[in-house]
Amino acid sequence: MKVTFPHMGNMYICLKALLTSLGVEVVVPPMPSQKTLTLGTQHSPEFACLPLKINMGNFIEAYEQGADTILMAGGIGPCRFGYYAQVEREILEDMGLKMNMVVLEPPQKHLSELLINIRKVTGNRSWVDIVRAIRFAWYKARAVDEVEEILHRIRPREFEPGSADAVYKKALKWIDDAPDRKELKKAVEAARLELDAIPIDREREVVRIGIVGEIYVMLEPFVNLEVERQLGRLGVEVERSIYLSEWINDHLFMGLLNIKGSKEARKLAPPYVNHFVGGHGQETIGSTVLFANRKYDGVIQVQPFTCMPEIVAESIIPTVSRDLGIPTFCLIVDEHSGDAGVLTRLEAFVDLLERKKEKSAVPESTEKKGEQVCLDI
Amino acid sequence: MFGYLGIDVGSVSTNIVLIDEDEKVCDSLYIRTQGQPIKAVQKGLEYIRGRISDEIVIGGVGTTGSGRHLASIIVGADSVKNEITSHAVAASNLVPGVQTVLEIGGQDSKIIILRNGVVADFAMNTVCAAGTGSFLDQQAARLNIPIEEFGDIALKAGNPVRIAGRCSVFAESDMIHKQQMGHNLPDILAGLCDALVRNYLNNIGKGKEILEPVIFQGGVAANIGIKKAFEKTLGVEVIIPEHYDVMGAVGAAILARDAVRKTGTTSFKGFGVAEEMFEATSFECKDCPNLCEVIQIKAGGQIMARWNDKCGKWSNAIGEKKKIS
Repeated sequence: MKVTFPHMGNMYICLKALLTSLGVEVVVPPMPSQKTLTLGTQHSPEFACLPLKINMGNFIEAYEQGADTILMAGGIGPCRFGYYAQVEREILEDMGLKMNMVVLEPPQKHLSELLINIRKVTGNRSWVDIVRAIRFAWYKARAVDEVEEILHRIRPREFEPGSADAVYKKALKWIDDAPDRKELKKAVEAARLELDAIPIDREREVVRIGIVGEIYVMLEPFVNLEVERQLGRLGVEVERSIYLSEWINDHLFMGLLNIKGSKEARKLAPPYVNHFVGGHGQETIGSTVLFANRKYDGVIQVQPFTCMPEIVAESIIPTVSRDLGIPTFCLIVDEHSGDAGVLTRLEAFVDLLERKKEKSAVPESTEKKGEQVCLDI
Repeated sequence: MFGYLGIDVGSVSTNIVLIDEDEKVCDSLYIRTQGQPIKAVQKGLEYIRGRISDEIVIGGVGTTGSGRHLASIIVGADSVKNEITSHAVAASNLVPGVQTVLEIGGQDSKIIILRNGVVADFAMNTVCAAGTGSFLDQQAARLNIPIEEFGDIALKAGNPVRIAGRCSVFAESDMIHKQQMGHNLPDILAGLCDALVRNYLNNIGKGKEILEPVIFQGGVAANIGIKKAFEKTLGVEVIIPEHYDVMGAVGAAILARDAVRKTGTTSFKGFGVAEEMFEATSFECKDCPNLCEVIQIKAGGQIMARWNDKCGKWSNAIGEKKKIS
């Protein structure tokens, strides 16, 4: 049995750790690329959202490398994602690709539901081994997130664009290669040292933007046109409303671990959204409120074209923006997105925020009435 | 005396303006880009060089539009800015106190909301070009009337017909239907103007607070029918600035002036670039399955810039090591 799974940002690192430490042979699909997208769109219903198309591309590419079993996440609620595992299985069957699909539904009542599903892939390993493997995978997720948070801080301040990204790329490899917790700790430490050694401009006043929206688009850089890197180059510090380990805790561990998660965001969503609207619609609103409370300069919502929960959120965000005085911008991605147009809009949004920030820093009286103000660069 | 050049390289046209120290437009120029942005910029510079008076020294140059990076490398720009910011800068400088900018160009349309002279919000068309100038161009061509006369004919309408504005394909079939029913030309044209304005306000302007003064710029502002349709729908006066069709370039020139005031010197390479041979080539990078088509610009055998790679391997390897913005 050769097991594969869809890509979602750095999740492959945890899943690979989980499965290999249980002695399962893993085929990590090639990182999403133009080829993945082309394959995916060719074999997906046109009206499906981008995540399904990338999933399909991942599976086909993994099949080409010999994978025969897919570990796929399920889901509940009005978001179409919960149905994707089934649709994808049918498509693969129609294509004549023989692959098993194991669907990890979020546990409804007890964590054991998850374990039973995992066991479908791992065979007769003991429960102790499985729990140990899950813990190890969890630590990898934390390690990735830790490094990413440093990256977000360094990127807008580095003197030489691209240096933090180069270290980050290496660090991911170290984390991925670490065979046990001791090595993992060393990898994170090494990454931290190297990132901190990058010369940065400590005086630089950076604009801070919170990224909210649909989880898949948020976590997968290929899909969101590397919005974080693009913003970093524009001198913006970004923070996502959710990180990988938080998502795992929320969705697979039933939020049992005591770390920051979507609970806080959901609590802040009323009175704008008072109940679950599917996907992360409620969290998108709550996180926007949270970023506004934390005095962020702006919020960018990302979503795949036709995403219902995010469309609900999109229509509510202007009210939040008006009430709390935080500028917002919505980035919708689909297969066609050329990045020049996106970059133009991001640049304009950052200009807006920078200008607003400067203006609020200068006391009003220094500006004569009627005098024209010019947007600065 | 110092003059500042603004160059707006768009998909349809390349506009160049020359402003003086006080933001007065001394000269402006409109060239069809025709898919050859480098040639268009060179031709434009050649033309400006021939008309510029001897007293004026170029003190700075700014670029904007979708070809701004390319143009900036050719001319040695002091500021490279996106078209949204440039349009906002021009609008707030030429029409002090402006609060809403409606902009409709050939391929894109945008709305910019300004408060206290600062951009507070903006939107730009994303997936659809239905509400833009090229749609009007097509329909005018279909009806066999010159686009310049479109607006004046529309003004003669007594009873504008209702045409679906959501999608240009639907609009066209709706329009054909109305023609076959026997409606006269002015009514149909006025209906088209209404449809475009409705579409624009529903798609681009949705949820935005449109306050006076409202200005309308971009190529489509030449169409008086659209202006009237905006005024009718919004119930406010719509101002069309004198240089409505080159506002992006005006903004770029103003930004260049401000940039030079900060740095003290201009990096303008001089009008000589009009004769220089630039060679744009592209190659496919085969290092990963993204197969990016990397573009490189060469001058005198030397590579000046590369871009269009997803990972930044090629674009970071040479060129400016500084923050873009």
